[in-house]
Amino acid sequence: MNVLHKIATIVVVLTTSVSFAQQTPAPKQTQTITIKGATAHIGNGSIIENSTIVFEDGKISDIGTNIASKGKVIDASGKHVYPGIIAPVSTLGLGEIDAVRPTIDDDEIGEMIPNIRSLIAYNAESKIVESMRPNGVLLAQITPQGGRISGTSSIVRLDAWNWEDAAVKTDDGIHMNWPNSFRRGRWWLGEPRGYKPNKEYAKDIDDVSNFLVNAKAYKNTKEQPMNEAFKAMKGLFDGSKTLFINADGEKEMIDAVTTAKEQGIKNVVIVGGYEAHKITNFLKKNDISVLVRRVHTTPEREDDDYDLPYRLPKLLADAGVMVALQANGQMERMNTRNLAFYAGHLVSQGMDKEKALQLITENTAKILGIDDSYGTLEKGKSATLFISEGDALDMRTNILTHAFIDGRDVSLETHQTELWKRYMEKYEGE
Amino acid sequence: MRKITFLLLCCFFSSLIFAQEYFPKNDGVKEQNNNYTAFTNATLFVTPTEKIKSGTLLIQNGKVVASGKSIDIPENSIVIDLKGKYIYPSFIDSYTNFGVKQLKKAERNGRSAQYKPSREGFYWNDHIKPEQVAIDDFKYDKKLAKELRNLGFGTVNTLQMDGIARGSGVLVTLNDEEGDAKRILDDALGQYFSFEKSVASRQSYPTSLMGAMALLRQMYHDADWYSKGNIATKDRSLEALLENKDKIAFFEAGSKSNNLRADKIGDEFNANYIIVGGGDEYEMITETKATQSKFIIPINFPEAYDVSNPYAAKYISLADMRDWNQAPMNPKVLSENGVQFALTTYELEKPKEFTEKLKKAFEYGFDKTKALASLTTVPAELLGKSDQIGSLKPGRYANFLITSGEIFDEETTLYENWVQGNKNVINTKDQKDIRGNYKITSGGKTYDVVITGDVSKPKAKVKAGEIEYPSKMDYSENWVTLSFTDEKTNEVFRTTGIVPKQGDDFSGKLVAPDGSESDFTAVRQKESASEENSEKKKDKTEKPEIVPLTYPNIGYGFTTKPKQEDVLFKNATVWTSEEEGVLKNTDVLVKDGKIAEIGTDLRAGGAKTIDATGKHLTAGIIDEHSHLAALAINEAGQNSSAEVTIEDVVDPEDVGIYRNLAGGVTSIQILHGSANPIGGRSAIIKLKWGENADGLIYDNSPKFIKFALGENVKQSNWQSFNRFPQTRMGVEQVYTNYFNRAKEYDAKKKSGQAVRYDEELEVFAEILNGERFVSCHSYVQSEINMLMKVAEKFDFRINTFTHILEGYKVADKMKEHGVGGSTFSDWWAYKYEVNDAIPYNASIMNSQGVTVAINSDDGEMSRRLNQEAAKSVKYGGMSEEEAWNMVTINPAKLLHLDDRTGSIKEGKDADLVLWSDNPLSVYAKAEKTLIEGTTYFDLEKDKEKRNAIKKERNKLVKMMLAEKQNGGKTKPPKGKDKREFHCETIN
Repeated sequence: MNVLHKIATIVVVLTTSVSFAQQTPAPKQTQTITIKGATAHIGNGSIIENSTIVFEDGKISDIGTNIASKGKVIDASGKHVYPGIIAPVSTLGLGEIDAVRPTIDDDEIGEMIPNIRSLIAYNAESKIVESMRPNGVLLAQITPQGGRISGTSSIVRLDAWNWEDAAVKTDDGIHMNWPNSFRRGRWWLGEPRGYKPNKEYAKDIDDVSNFLVNAKAYKNTKEQPMNEAFKAMKGLFDGSKTLFINADGEKEMIDAVTTAKEQGIKNVVIVGGYEAHKITNFLKKNDISVLVRRVHTTPEREDDDYDLPYRLPKLLADAGVMVALQANGQMERMNTRNLAFYAGHLVSQGMDKEKALQLITENTAKILGIDDSYGTLEKGKSATLFISEGDALDMRTNILTHAFIDGRDVSLETHQTELWKRYMEKYEGE
Repeated sequence: MRKITFLLLCCFFSSLIFAQEYFPKNDGVKEQNNNYTAFTNATLFVTPTEKIKSGTLLIQNGKVVASGKSIDIPENSIVIDLKGKYIYPSFIDSYTNFGVKQLKKAERNGRSAQYKPSREGFYWNDHIKPEQVAIDDFKYDKKLAKELRNLGFGTVNTLQMDGIARGSGVLVTLNDEEGDAKRILDDALGQYFSFEKSVASRQSYPTSLMGAMALLRQMYHDADWYSKGNIATKDRSLEALLENKDKIAFFEAGSKSNNLRADKIGDEFNANYIIVGGGDEYEMITETKATQSKFIIPINFPEAYDVSNPYAAKYISLADMRDWNQAPMNPKVLSENGVQFALTTYELEKPKEFTEKLKKAFEYGFDKTKALASLTTVPAELLGKSDQIGSLKPGRYANFLITSGEIFDEETTLYENWVQGNKNVINTKDQKDIRGNYKITSGGKTYDVVITGDVSKPKAKVKAGEIEYPSKMDYSENWVTLSFTDEKTNEVFRTTGIVPKQGDDFSGKLVAPDGSESDFTAVRQKESASEENSEKKKDKTEKPEIVPLTYPNIGYGFTTKPKQEDVLFKNATVWTSEEEGVLKNTDVLVKDGKIAEIGTDLRAGGAKTIDATGKHLTAGIIDEHSHLAALAINEAGQNSSAEVTIEDVVDPEDVGIYRNLAGGVTSIQILHGSANPIGGRSAIIKLKWGENADGLIYDNSPKFIKFALGENVKQSNWQSFNRFPQTRMGVEQVYTNYFNRAKEYDAKKKSGQAVRYDEELEVFAEILNGERFVSCHSYVQSEINMLMKVAEKFDFRINTFTHILEGYKVADKMKEHGVGGSTFSDWWAYKYEVNDAIPYNASIMNSQGVTVAINSDDGEMSRRLNQEAAKSVKYGGMSEEEAWNMVTINPAKLLHLDDRTGSIKEGKDADLVLWSDNPLSVYAKAEKTLIEGTTYFDLEKDKEKRNAIKKERNKLVKMMLAEKQNGGKTKPPKGKDKREFHCETIN
């Protein structure tokens, strides 16, 4: 098929199928659905060829090979089914246009503000959020940024009428930026460029410890004036919340984990972890997972391997560290839709494809504590999954035909597909 | 006694401070002292190479009368016998700001940038100040003069180190005794330039190195135009520049590559600058030598980093570690390559570091005679004052040093530094040399005392039998004070004694710890060749280990530059980026840097065969929009900066080049940023890692300029409200105005009329004449349409819209205009104007027949443009061949390079990439990247480089640890702040 033909075909398909479901959240699943014939990528490292997946009331009721179809059947022969991709430590819905300040709600002022809650600011109708779905990103942990303790995150489904609808797990974690033992010269204030030792590092750590000690003491007391900040920290000490600590350096990570553990914080996750491959034994010993820095970044220092950011997740996985991918960094919100390709890039570094997939599905769900319902295609879990024409980890073949969140058949249309169609129609009409 | 000395001193001074002879004198009567002083029997260096044993130096009235072997000594001479001592011309520092008051930093006035000059009647740019005269801000600095004299300096050249054109300087001797009338040898010596703006003005332009270069060029043009009487108004700056025209020009460049930039400007305007370098010239010695310039070189060799904390050590780059290790070889390398240079104390934190740094240069093999020349005859010549200073030939000022031995010997003591016939004692030369071995007997005990070290500041080692006593020694005014401690009892013995003029021994009293006093005599023992000295000498001769340089001299540089090879790729899947599409099981033969043959079963001949079975061979990726490998991206000081060119600031040491090669990129266009509607000219380069800037830039490069539209040029996203334009409406007028003016300018020029040479309008004329192409940063459809209409009005075409995120809305109009689109695959939502950016953009434009490229504008994305191209397969269903063309032949077309590169076609440059997989696949990895048949990236070699970096870092860390252990100075680790440029990066 030559190109013009192909385009013409696409245009015809498009013009006849323009739907205006965009931004209208899908209704609850009422009819049982069976996806037949696809290669099912379970998310735990395994696959089922020629699979049958049945889901009803939003849950997978059966998955396997010799299973009877039920309800509406989607023939997905030659296609691929994946669990919905999960974006951890994300600011989706907290910002719309980077340069337009009124649209940005991801960073409150203040150093220790764990009581700041992302969920209530989450914009379920964000145009950026809707652009996640056609690429298979269906869940996200919405996370405040900035300061030392930035606030509290919540996990949402990326198709909802409002933040209450969206919430999958409310107030799941506290996010912290660990101080740096080296400080960047503030050249814009006339300091020389470059990194130099941070003389305040010890004091910075002390401030964190002090806050943790106070928060811990607070949780044992009943009668006192309310302190929302300390109250927000409570879940860290009883294990109901996770502490996500952004740290990249070896020393910083060791300091961070040691400090947190000393204060009796049960679940600690490292976010970033640029040098985590150098302390894998330490991380394993302390049962620390890593939400590793974005695969598509440049190496931090001149002498670093050119492919270190591409390879880092594999180095950690190979060493037995629980690791998952994230998209933090420049233009992180719009780039979050590329999570599948970050995983795909790991394959060029020698990682097994299904293992790479695990880093954006099962592992993420485990680290976020939602693996009882999400992250894999398993019986009893939520039917949060998508069908792709081809290999979803490769950009050429990541072409979605369906996506379901909790069994709801969500729209794959967006502001962007609409513009595409509108202008192709204009040109075809001329 | 004391009184008499004082009186004598008074007489001595009053006779010396002979005020100018025509001045009236009321505190006495006028008398003249025309006595001679003769220094005899010295080893006399008239010049560094003219050494006279047992020579005589005769001076009178502050000047050398005669110097040589057999000199007639007049009767009215004071004769000073310098037997065994040495005389040298004193040193000259040709680049200082000695005594010149620093200008006050201008305060920021509000948040907006200042575009206008702060002065009236001067040049339009505050940073051009040829009218500045250092003498106005000069006040003789006695304290610093003494410090410098102690180091051996007698004359310094000083200037106001401020501004791009800095005016003239002052040549002054370090003569404390007589006033400015005597010591100022020249109050308007030379003219000075730099790339650094004045601190005294906040005028915004220029904000970049390339802007400073363009400004200097325009300054010279304007001076020429002014000199011909074409400017009706008064410009005191240009007048001063013209007046200084014949003065020696000095250019403070400050680094190996800036040296070349200064030289380039000098060549363009017939200004033969003496260049103040950066101390890193050894890294580019061939290019440095080729400038044929003379240099003034600082010796502020870096201190070692304190690497004792391994967590901290990681921040230091290999390049910075090497810098510590290699920089002290700079003077040696320069002199061995025949580059003429003077040394300076400039850039040293404290002048007194000079001696220790110079010592380091000697350890690295710097020739001592050359060193002496670089401090005497060479600076004198550079300053045009060889007839006054720098040697001890008759008629020169009596500026000389008296030393105990060869001047740069470590054991040598500098006794006196004479300036214009005035004695300055640094260390008394009349002090007797008491170094040697002694026995002191006192209180029934015998102590062995070994005195070593400097003649005037000797050290002692005290031993009784085998027990050593830590000791302290002081020797001044013929008195020795020596104390030593019995460590067992922690008791201190004190001795003090006088050294007689005659005899070998000295004696005095010893005070025991209990307070009892007794006499002692230190009896000199027969000299046995001092063990310690020979031991010490041995240490010194040990040459430091210097790690080898690489190309470029940072991590991942090549130890030897890679060579072009003939290569046969066998049995590859070949993506031709031509009509032929993808050819399976095909061979490609590379010969002499070109693609020689494409076919099956090709014979290798002498070519190296590479089995490419299962692999994919493509043309190298071309990034139409990159900001890598440049020292500056935006000249943001004005709304038009057509006068600047990125070619002036190409940085061949950006590791981004290597990382891009690892992503299969072989050519990039380094575009100016988007700070202004009219940006600067591009540099189009091949990523020939290891070559210098000129080696990277394309030969006969197509000429491009960057334009920009939208939020950045309106300065919408930051606090700036005083620069035109603030709206898209204004943007159109900027273009219209410039093209109107350019048209008139060009017509005038073509008709043979004289014009003020305008760096900007020259560039615009090129655009109008079809000699230069426009690549325009653009987002929304209205502005895209507008610029096409402006171009059509002036009868030319926009070549490329870059970013062009709403190109899909006007793709038909673009096709009609004939402009290409170079876009991002899926970026959006970072600004308001990209709200309608869609990842289908490339596909839609492509479907309408527009030549489309995928670009990066980003050092990260550029390393995987293959993946970005592949996204168009997903978004819009583009065919794989077409997607691949978007990063190869299409950008080649947009850059007018498609006759040379961008596809696999016989006769084209062999810019090739061998991939492990389908290049559009996220699973593909570049295994080899070749440019013109030379392999610049190879996965296997990359592994070797990683290991080499690890090893070398480890070695240098060990060396630095040793340096610290041996008492060397160290500084805290410092890491590079990696700068990643984007369109919007300012400064």
